[in-house]
Amino acid sequence: MSEQTTDTPPEQLLRISLRVNGVTRTASAPARRLLSDFLRHDLGLTGTHVGCEHGVCGACTVLVDGQPVRACLMFAVSAQRHEVTTIEGIGNDPENLSPVQQAFTECHALQCGFCTPGFVTTITAYLEDNPDPTPEQAREAISGNLCRCTGYQNIVSAVCRAAEIRRDRSDRTEIDQLVDLGTPDGEGGSRA
Amino acid sequence: MKPGPFVHHAPTTVDEAVAVLGEVGHDGKVLAGGQSLIPVLSMRLATPGHLVDINGVAGLDAVHVTDTAVRIGALVRHAGLEQHDEAATALPLLRQALRNVAHPAIRNRGTTVGSIAHADPAGEMPSVLVLTDGVLEAVGPGGRREIAATDFFLGPLETTLAEDELVEAVRFTRFAPATRTAFLESSRRHGDYALAGVAVAVDVADGVVVGARAGFVSVTPVPSVLDLTPVLGGWDAGAPVPDEVTDAVREFVDPEGDIHATADYRRMLAAELTRRALATATQPTPAADPASTTAHESVA
Ligand SMILES: Cc1cc2nc3c(=O)[nH]c(=O)nc-3n(C[C@H](O)[C@H](O)[C@H](O)COP(=O)(O)OP(=O)(O)OC[C@H]3O[C@@H](n4cnc5c(N)ncnc54)[C@H](O)[C@@H]3O)c2cc1C
Ligand code: FES
Ligand code: FES
Repeated sequence: MSEQTTDTPPEQLLRISLRVNGVTRTASAPARRLLSDFLRHDLGLTGTHVGCEHGVCGACTVLVDGQPVRACLMFAVSAQRHEVTTIEGIGNDPENLSPVQQAFTECHALQCGFCTPGFVTTITAYLEDNPDPTPEQAREAISGNLCRCTGYQNIVSAVCRAAEIRRDRSDRTEIDQLVDLGTPDGEGGSRA
Repeated sequence: MKPGPFVHHAPTTVDEAVAVLGEVGHDGKVLAGGQSLIPVLSMRLATPGHLVDINGVAGLDAVHVTDTAVRIGALVRHAGLEQHDEAATALPLLRQALRNVAHPAIRNRGTTVGSIAHADPAGEMPSVLVLTDGVLEAVGPGGRREIAATDFFLGPLETTLAEDELVEAVRFTRFAPATRTAFLESSRRHGDYALAGVAVAVDVADGVVVGARAGFVSVTPVPSVLDLTPVLGGWDAGAPVPDEVTDAVREFVDPEGDIHATADYRRMLAAELTRRALATATQPTPAADPASTTAHESVA
């Protein structure tokens, strides 16, 4: 190897294996690859959006082991021991939206939609821990995410509506399960 | 907005981490939660050739509550400490302050020790460590040493830690059981860095204040403590906070102005927040929830 003429360190290429949305995916990337870029560029999961790239806007928020984190403030190599959930993992079927996605459509909580994946991941995790927030709590829950279209009023409504839908669906799941018990072919549990 | 190239090291023990830090010298950086370091790397304000990622080091994620201190390892996340009931009971100020550190998504990754090592005067936890007379446990190629929090901070983002040393843990000293604390800050949006913030610890005996101290956020170049006992000693804890307190705070703090707030405004905020925090901490009925004196204040 010829003599090094600059201080720039050599690029360290790594094979990075990541469990994303329940599937293990492997790609080769430099150590400095941000998780947000790994998801978008290396795995083609472009639902995770990138805005500020320094933790302020929340557009890149994904769930790591179920907890919201900034994908732009984590290296892909550091995510390897963890379970990553992106917006694609929360819901990718227009016919079968998640409670939060459903509430966003009902409450007109998305305008251009750029911020939406980060809001949906953040709110999905929030409602797991706080299933019945007041509007004031809903407002605080989304305070770490920026919407450039300033749709905040509708997003606050969507948090409260999503909580309702979750409760409604879990009631229905319980009924479905009861119905299941009574049907020999066990087809009662599906809901579109 | 992308970090420059570096070599990623993933030690699994403290000794290994310190050995790598010793080898790479000034070209190495510790990576904990990355919530402050990665923005710095992305903006190319720093381009270290080696990152020593301590996230795989075993044994650094424990919280230990003893009779005298709450000791937290270098991998305890802000969120983990915030949710730790035993720590919140032993030292309510921890939870009171942590609720004001950034947004939940950042608290889920960012470590309390990392924020202390980072030494941003706008950070809440460095001030809390100093107010409790806390101690840092550092380990380097030469062995272990303890650093008093008051000897640790030299200036914004500047500390007495050597480049080949790792902070293994910090110990927040517990207050006497009767000491009442409160934390208040004002920020433009909940979770943003404070324009000004204050932590107070007050000792009351027979309804009379016998000791009071305040530590500040965002209004002094390094976390420092103002002893308010000379102005508050003998004060009837139920009475309105005397003006001497706000005068003393205005005198003590040394804020800088920026696009969000002038130095004068921050000085006013620090004084007013201190008045309110003291009033909260000395309220006659102790709260059942150890963290219920937490408040996010807006001072118009
Ligand atoms: C949008 C945003 C808002 C924020 N708001 C706030 C806020 O309001 N209040 C607040 O206090 N913080 C805030 N933070 C910062 C956050 O609290 C970080 O968690 C913290 O500053 C750094 O902790 P970390 O574990 O992420 O450290 P890293 O980013 O990994 O490291 C920070 C620095 O400390 C060094 N370091 C880390 N751990 C060690 C160790 N064990 N030994 C030696 N050196 C070490 C690193 O080398 C680096 O220089 C905010 C961050 C963001 C992105
Ligand atoms: S892109 Fe990650 S927080 Fe803005
Ligand atoms: S809907 Fe446009 S950024 Fe939020």
